[in-house]
Amino acid sequence: MKLVLTAEQEELRATVRRLLTEHAPMTRVREVAVDGHDYDRELWARLAELGVTALTVDEKHGGADAGNVELCVVAEELGRALAPVPFVSAAIAAAALTAAGDTAAGDLLAKIADGTAVAAVATADTADGVPAARRDGDRWTLDGTANLVLDGQFADQVIVVADDAVLLVDAAAPGLTRTALTSADPTRAVARLDFAGTPATALAAADPAAVRAAAARTAALVLAAEQAGGAAACLEATVDYAKIRLQFGRVIGSFQAVKHALADMYSESEQASAALRYAAWAADEDEDAADVAASLAKVACSEAYAHITAQMIQIHGGIGFTWEHDAHLYFKRARSSGALFGDPAHHRELLARRLGL
Amino acid sequence: MNSAAPPNDSVDAFRSRARDWLKENARVRDPDDAGSRRYDLAQAKEFQAALFDAGFAGIAWPKAYGGQGLGNAELLAFNEEARPYDLPTGAFMIGLGMCGPTVLDLGTDELKDRYLRPLLRGDEVWCQLFSEPGAGSDVAGLQTRAVRDGDTWVVNGQKVWTSGAQYSDYGILIARTDPDVPKHRGITMFVVDMHAPGVTVRPLRVMTGETPFNEVFFEDVRIPADHVVGQVNDGWQAAVVTLRHERISIGTSVRPKQNPLGFTALAEMATARGEAGDPLIRQDLVDLYVRERLLDLYGARMRQQAQAGIEPGARGSVAKLAGALLATGAAKVAARVAGPDAVAYDPADRDAAKLLTSMNGTPSSAIAGGTNEIQRNIIGERVLGLPKEPRLDTTLPFRDLKVGTQREGDK
Repeated sequence: MKLVLTAEQEELRATVRRLLTEHAPMTRVREVAVDGHDYDRELWARLAELGVTALTVDEKHGGADAGNVELCVVAEELGRALAPVPFVSAAIAAAALTAAGDTAAGDLLAKIADGTAVAAVATADTADGVPAARRDGDRWTLDGTANLVLDGQFADQVIVVADDAVLLVDAAAPGLTRTALTSADPTRAVARLDFAGTPATALAAADPAAVRAAAARTAALVLAAEQAGGAAACLEATVDYAKIRLQFGRVIGSFQAVKHALADMYSESEQASAALRYAAWAADEDEDAADVAASLAKVACSEAYAHITAQMIQIHGGIGFTWEHDAHLYFKRARSSGALFGDPAHHRELLARRLGL
Repeated sequence: MNSAAPPNDSVDAFRSRARDWLKENARVRDPDDAGSRRYDLAQAKEFQAALFDAGFAGIAWPKAYGGQGLGNAELLAFNEEARPYDLPTGAFMIGLGMCGPTVLDLGTDELKDRYLRPLLRGDEVWCQLFSEPGAGSDVAGLQTRAVRDGDTWVVNGQKVWTSGAQYSDYGILIARTDPDVPKHRGITMFVVDMHAPGVTVRPLRVMTGETPFNEVFFEDVRIPADHVVGQVNDGWQAAVVTLRHERISIGTSVRPKQNPLGFTALAEMATARGEAGDPLIRQDLVDLYVRERLLDLYGARMRQQAQAGIEPGARGSVAKLAGALLATGAAKVAARVAGPDAVAYDPADRDAAKLLTSMNGTPSSAIAGGTNEIQRNIIGERVLGLPKEPRLDTTLPFRDLKVGTQREGDK
C-alpha cells in the first residue's frame, strides 16, 4: 500500500497547478462557465497538449499510459480550480472504452487523447436512466432518455452502456436531442439526452457489465479526487481568511470557536485525502480492494467537501454569502458532486453488501 | 546478562531469537480476555526479570544501564513478534516508556546508575505524578509545592490519575518550586520514593466502576536534593520530554486487534442478533467501518511520510482526535445494536458486562492524553498556524494567577 506520491507525481501536480493558475483563474472560470455556459476550450487544448486528458490510456492510442494515481493528482488540481473542462467525462470514457476493448473504441480513445473529441458517458451508474437499445440485423438504434449526462451538450460522441450492448452515438445523429440543463453547480455542465430511433454503433467485443463496472469505479474515484482537491483549497482559503479578518480587536482564527471548526475541517480533509490516495493506489495495484476503496473515498471526500464548503461560508460570514465571493461556487460543486455517481448513502450501501452485512 | 545478544545481530536474527524466546516463555493471548490484569505483580516481576536476563528488555536503551543498545527496528520487530502473546508487562509500561527515558535524557549519572537497571529488570516499579485536581489540561498550573530545606525538598500537595501508584516504588513528580515567576518557569521534576513517610495512595474509582488510577497525597514528604531530574525550575521542559516519550511509546506499541466497540465485533453482534438487516443499524455499522478505515489510512500515510522524512509533529493530534470521536461514535452504535441489553443484563452474561464496561469507558478517550478541545487547539495553532488566544498566565507570576477550581484566597 503506497499512500505518498513520488517525486514525479509531485512534479505533475506542480505542473498542472502552474498551468491552471496562469490560464484558469476564477475570473476566467466565471466568464466561461458561469456566464458563458460553455467549457474552457482553450484550457482543454492546453491540457491535451500537456498530455493529461487521457492519462490512463495506453500509448498505442495516444495516451500517457499512466496510472490512477496520476489521474487523481490531476483531478485534484482541476477540482481546486473548479476548472470547467470535460476531464471527468474523459476519464470515465477512457475507463469504459479500455474495458470495451474494441477497435472502434480505440479510435475514440485516440481522439480523446489528442483533444479532438469530447466524449460523454451514459451508464446506469453515471446517468439518471439509459435508453433502450434495439437491434435490427447489423443496425442498432436507441430509444429513451439519459438524464444528468456530464458534458452531454458538448460531446462529439456519446458512449451508451445499455442493458445488453455498449454503443457509440454521434452527436449529430438523427433523433438525438440534447438539452443543456440548468446545473445547480454552474461550473459543471449537465445535459439531458433524448433518443428517438437514434442510430448507434455497437462495440461488438464489449461486455456491458464489465464496461459499466469500470466506468462506475473510475467515476467514483475521479470525482472523489476532485472533491479532495476542492476541500483542501477551501480549507486553505478559510484558514488564510481567519488569519487576517479582525473582529473584536483580534483575528477571528484566534477564537477557539473558529479555530476548533478549522481543526475539524483539517482533520476531515486529511482523512479524506488519505482515503483517496488509497483508492487510487488500489485501482492500480489491488483489484480485490479497488471497489471498496473507491466507495470509501467517495463517501469520505463527498462528506468532507460538503462540510468544509458549508463551514467556509460560515467562517467567512456575510462576504461568504455573496455572489462575488467564490465560496458559493465550491459549495455548489460540493453539493452536486456529492449527489453524482452515487451519494454517500448509496456508496455506504455498496460497502455494506461487500462487507457481508 | 547480555550474553544472548551477540554483537552485529541483524534485525532478522534478533526477530527470530525473540520469536523463539516468546514461544518458549510467553502465554498466547486469550481472545476472550482483553488484558493482562489477572497476572499478579509477583508473576509480572518474574516475567520482566526473565525478559531482562534474556536480553529483550530496554532494547533501544544504552548498554551502560542494562539496555541492549539496539535501535527502533529491533524494538518494532520484538513488539510485532509479541503481538499474539499476553505479556504481563503492563505494570512496567510507564517506567519503561516514560520515567526511564526521561531519567536517561536528563538525570545525573548517579540517578541513572542507581535507578535504571532495576527499573528495566522490573525489580522496581515506577509511576508518573503530573496531573492534579486543579491542573488537568493546564498541567503547568500545578499547585503541589516543594520547598527547599537544607539537603532536602519538602513536598506538600496532591496528584491524581496516577496509574500504578499502589504498587510503585518510585515516581517522577513535578512540583512548584518558585511561585514568584510565571507558571512554566517555577516547576521542578523529582524522583520521589513512593514508600517515603507522608505519601498516601488512594484508589480512584472511575465511571466504569473500575479503579485503574489513584490519587496520591504528599504531606511533608522529604526528597533528597540530588533527586532533581534536570535543573531546578526547569521541570516544565523535563515534563515535555516525558510526554514526548509517552507519545513515542504509544506510537511504537502494537495493540491487540480485538476491540468490543470495533466494527468487526459490533457487526458480528448485530448479525448474531438478527439486526444487521435493520437499515439504521446497517448505516451505523458502515459508518463505523468508514471511520475506522479513515483513521487507519491516515495513520498509515503519516507513517509512510515519516519514513520519507516528513515528521508527523503536531499532526498526530488529528489521529488522537479522530480516535476519540471514533470511540464516542462506536459507543452509540453499540448502544443501538445492543438495544435492551444496554439497559440491563443477566449477571452471568460476561459479554454484556464487557460491552457495557467498554461503552462506559469511552468518555475517557475524549479526555485522557489531552482533551478533544486541546487537540483542536494543537491542530489549529501548530498545524494551521492560527494565533493563540490572548492569555495572562504566561507573564503573571504564578502567585497572582487564578488556577484550578479554587476561589481567590484559597491558595
